[in-house]
Amino acid sequence: MTSEKFMIDEYELVVGLEVHVELATATKLFSASANRFGDDPNTHIDPVTLGLPGALPVLNRQAVELAMRIGLALNCTVQPCTFHRKNYFYPDMPKAYQISQYDQPLNIDGWLELPGGKRIGVERAHLEEDTGKSTHIGGTGGRIHGSDYSLIDFNRAGVPLVEIVGRPDISSPDEARQYVTELRQILVAVGASDAKMEEGSMRCDANVSVRKPGAPLGTRCEIKNVNSVRSLGRAIEYEARRQIALIESGERVRQETRHWDENDGRTHTLRTKEDADDYRYFLEPDLVPLAPESAWIERVRAALPMLPRERRARLSAATGAPADGEAIMVVVERGQDDYVLAVATHGADVARALVHVKEAYAEQGASPVVPAADLAGMIVLETSGKLTSTQAKQVLADIVANGGGDAAKIAADKGFEAMDTSALESMVDEVIATQADAWAKYCAGEEKAMGALVGAIMKASKGKADGKAVTALLQSKRNS
Amino acid sequence: MTASSNSTAASIAADVRAGRRKAVDVVEEYLANIARRESDIHAFNLVTADQARAMAAAVDADVAAGRDPGPLAGVPIALKDNMCTRGVPTTCSSRILEGWKPPYDATVVTRLAAAGAVFVGKTNLDEFAMGSSTENSAFGVTYNPHDTTRVAGGSSGGSAAAVAAEFAAASLGSDTGGSIRQPAALCGVVGVKPTYGTVSRYGLVAFASSLDQIGPFTTDVRDSALLLEVMSGHDPLDSTSIPQPPLSLQSSLEQDVKGLRIGRITDLPGGSDPEVEARLVEAFDALAAAGATIVDVELPSMKYGLTAYYLIAPAEASSNLARYDGVRYGMRVDASDTNAMYGATRAAGFGDEVKRRIMLGTYALSAGYYDAYYGKALKVRRLISDDFARAYQKADVLLTPTSPIVAFPVGAKVDDPLSMYLCDVFTIPTNLAGHPAMSVPFGAGADDLPVGVQVLAPTLGEATMFRVAAQLERSAPGGAR
Repeated sequence: MTSEKFMIDEYELVVGLEVHVELATATKLFSASANRFGDDPNTHIDPVTLGLPGALPVLNRQAVELAMRIGLALNCTVQPCTFHRKNYFYPDMPKAYQISQYDQPLNIDGWLELPGGKRIGVERAHLEEDTGKSTHIGGTGGRIHGSDYSLIDFNRAGVPLVEIVGRPDISSPDEARQYVTELRQILVAVGASDAKMEEGSMRCDANVSVRKPGAPLGTRCEIKNVNSVRSLGRAIEYEARRQIALIESGERVRQETRHWDENDGRTHTLRTKEDADDYRYFLEPDLVPLAPESAWIERVRAALPMLPRERRARLSAATGAPADGEAIMVVVERGQDDYVLAVATHGADVARALVHVKEAYAEQGASPVVPAADLAGMIVLETSGKLTSTQAKQVLADIVANGGGDAAKIAADKGFEAMDTSALESMVDEVIATQADAWAKYCAGEEKAMGALVGAIMKASKGKADGKAVTALLQSKRNS
Repeated sequence: MTASSNSTAASIAADVRAGRRKAVDVVEEYLANIARRESDIHAFNLVTADQARAMAAAVDADVAAGRDPGPLAGVPIALKDNMCTRGVPTTCSSRILEGWKPPYDATVVTRLAAAGAVFVGKTNLDEFAMGSSTENSAFGVTYNPHDTTRVAGGSSGGSAAAVAAEFAAASLGSDTGGSIRQPAALCGVVGVKPTYGTVSRYGLVAFASSLDQIGPFTTDVRDSALLLEVMSGHDPLDSTSIPQPPLSLQSSLEQDVKGLRIGRITDLPGGSDPEVEARLVEAFDALAAAGATIVDVELPSMKYGLTAYYLIAPAEASSNLARYDGVRYGMRVDASDTNAMYGATRAAGFGDEVKRRIMLGTYALSAGYYDAYYGKALKVRRLISDDFARAYQKADVLLTPTSPIVAFPVGAKVDDPLSMYLCDVFTIPTNLAGHPAMSVPFGAGADDLPVGVQVLAPTLGEATMFRVAAQLERSAPGGAR
């Protein structure tokens, strides 16, 4: 969020991210098998999934619609498109080609806006099918090379993916983390994917290069196997430093694909440009061109839900808190912003609701079990001075632990006797009388003297008085 | 000849449906023919006699119970061995698929079975349908029933021979560049390649997906119309299937050809047998005599068709056949690592012609060569379509020989791939354009061997095509056995 340019030594970073996301469809991209994670191996397979001789793909319309939602949420143009075959051999790819989109993808030319306002370009977001999953037994490091044998689970084969290719507009590890975090929220918001990096339903590759400001683009390396937002930042920073060290020692950066190793915190050569496959792309003859009619596109656009950025702006307008501040960022990411606004409809102060939800609702998820009215009741007691902020926290903890509750009753049970305003006022008057010295000093403008007055009042009230209310009373009495 | 001689699919179905003949008797007649001559012909990779008898019995049971078994009731049909049949080996005449049993039926198989057909076996073909003589089969040559020293044509040679030898009343082939029409011509039967997208490819093991199309072999034109009516119509499992109801063709067979414009291609590539050229002239004369008008058309790009085809088809094949890697089914030759296993499996599993085309196609699609080869071939394909479009403004159908030559001796061309490829010079352009075309027996050529005349029509022009084919059938000179 800093506007200062991120630099390592005298180098700036140029990073572009390619994010693969599994779509939350009922069935696979080209067949009727279920698209489900975590079931027994090879239970969601069929002739198409296995690439059996004679089987043919049929495009899943729901996948197209979800891909369009992603494109539209990323401000892309949805266009007529085609499918191509990307040919290469790998045991978990049943047809020995992947059906993907090549020169005519579904979504092009969009952008994603980071919370601070910077726009990261999105070159394209295209549909393609996932591969199966290999487990290599024996050997080292779980790689196919040197293993004794491999097991293949084709449940994932043919699962619909959207690959979102970002432009190299990212210039720091933090921006990369922000991009992925924001993208994840958008994907979840539009219902396109559960976008869980840890389950592999969202996967991120980073193209990283470095250069001195004003210099032409440096040679890039593609970093694979980044499995969390945190790793993404680490991997980019490591890779940038590796490239800078090479350049500084007079060597050249080789264009290659590198593997991020979470354990040693380094990237390692996976394959160089020379041994990259020639994918021999050509138009997939088993499918026909896809041209979503404009009425369909507009229907999808109109049905898009509120996106995280809009939610943050809405909550900011309601609470006065900054849209990219921690409280709003956290609450919107948790999907609790509707709840905060619902609490406000019960007469509670919305800014207090934001703070309490942010602090106490980390475990509550997008649909808190605590009824909005219960939190509102607590906040009303707090802001009216009937609960001190310390008491408010205790009452709230109780409400959260029990999934709800009447704040007034909980406060009473805890012995947090509500002090009504007249009782507090008479107590204040009493202390002013007994602490005449301090009162005089305070009235003369010695703010420090207020501490003694408040302390005495709190003592007299046995802690039941609200500090803020006391301060306010003292101030109003001095000014009157 | 047995009692099944001169039986057509239509007459068998009519008799079985009416209870005049039993399907089990019909199938025994055809199985007897197979028993007598199959060792000389080798039309089949597998004869499914038990299945055929069971299907026939089920048809008879339907009739006995008053249920209509359908328009192909009790018709013995042979399937090219590149169409998936549930639980029955489907080899594509390749070692690499030897022993593989599909867990599902091709859509055409399902539709024929639902119409009461009885499957007698899986027929031989050039490996993965790559060839014009059925000599590229891993399981041996299919011989021409008219002269067993000669080839049956290909790649659907087994299916053509099966009908010619009366091993089946009809059969199915697949046509990528002429693989139905050329063997039909060489074996003296009717063979149809319908409009691309008319018959579902689901369950047809792919050779070149943008060109492959399934069609029938029959003894007469009406039977082909009958089979196509059963097989055609939209299939949601094939994205390239045209969304339309089944073709309606039999009604057009009775219509004469008066007023139809028959196109003569003035720049047709030469080099055909003189007898073949003579039969074509006679065919034009016959149609003119029946009231049609002969018009001249030009197809200047046709001569590039063969070249474009031998880039496009191998390119698609190189991708379609990549899945035969030894990982999931079929042959596997073990080796030290995965890549070595792929290599060893494919080296042992594929024959020479398949390897030749995989290499050709891989090369044509490679970085740096795509534009010069595959890309240019796609442009030629478009030019050919444009030529046809112009020709069909002047003519309703076009007429050519199906094959420039009659059935040639076994072995005559096996060492000369280019000469073999020339067999398809007249058939390939329609595949590139996606149009329908069919071969109709029309007299004899050298050594009294059958000659076929090819009727070509624009997209979905099957009804007119069949009308002309029926007239050619009525006008055909005697001579072919």
